[in-house]
Amino acid sequence: MRLTCPVCGDRDHREFTYKGDAVMLDRPAPDAGTDAWDSYLHLRDNPCGDTRDLWYHDPCGAWVVVERNTVTHAVTGTALASEAKR
Amino acid sequence: MVDLIAKSACAGLLPITIGSLTLTEETPDPVTSIAPFKGQSEAVSERLESALGLKFPAPNRSASKSGARIVWAGQGRALLMGAAAPDLAGLAALTDQSDANAIVTLKGEGAEDALARLVPVDLRAAHFKRGHTARTFLGHMSASITRTGVDSFEITVFRAMAGTLVHELTEAMESLHARRSHLGQ
Repeated sequence: MRLTCPVCGDRDHREFTYKGDAVMLDRPAPDAGTDAWDSYLHLRDNPCGDTRDLWYHDPCGAWVVVERNTVTHAVTGTALASEAKR
Repeated sequence: MVDLIAKSACAGLLPITIGSLTLTEETPDPVTSIAPFKGQSEAVSERLESALGLKFPAPNRSASKSGARIVWAGQGRALLMGAAAPDLAGLAALTDQSDANAIVTLKGEGAEDALARLVPVDLRAAHFKRGHTARTFLGHMSASITRTGVDSFEITVFRAMAGTLVHELTEAMESLHARRSHLGQ
């Protein structure tokens, strides 16, 4: 598996650490209520198809949003988490 | 009063020559990490250029001039080696890294073949030219690898990894040499 770090370029996946679903970028407001926070912290979809994950590129320190497909294993895009808009 | 003796990171371990390859330690002094504050990259680059003739490097690039080298070292950070940093007060965070790293040069015909056994990046000259640098892994270590010549690479890892770095590189040099001897090359 190859992932493209938006900073360094095309790299082997051993250079990356998987974090989890990119919904973590959408932190609810502090007063959003327990349901929103429960969902944010604990509830994840298990999609069959397109998904967005957060990966960390260990050597350069970039957080990367990776768009990939869980069925075909195709990686369709990467972006810096600091610039990603949902 | 105890006399303290300064030792380099690879003291007692290097230099080593195996076949066509030599591994030697570099001890640039001082080494400074330069991390420009938000929006100050241009100003830092201008200040560096007027003082040392070196711009702040783009990702995956390095530059050298008159014994000083500046190497991109990750997002928003570069290592300046072999020259004192100019005054960058208010523009960048500077951290003295003079004794923080183990820095070695692998030189000789086949250097990229030895590194190919350890590094998951294509370091062949067609892709990775003089002055190109990569933040990547060497074995299981985070490393900064820069091509400094036709057949030479400068490799930087954390100082505590010096023994492992020399061990990994020596093993790759030995196995490459054994394979080439066996094949009569």
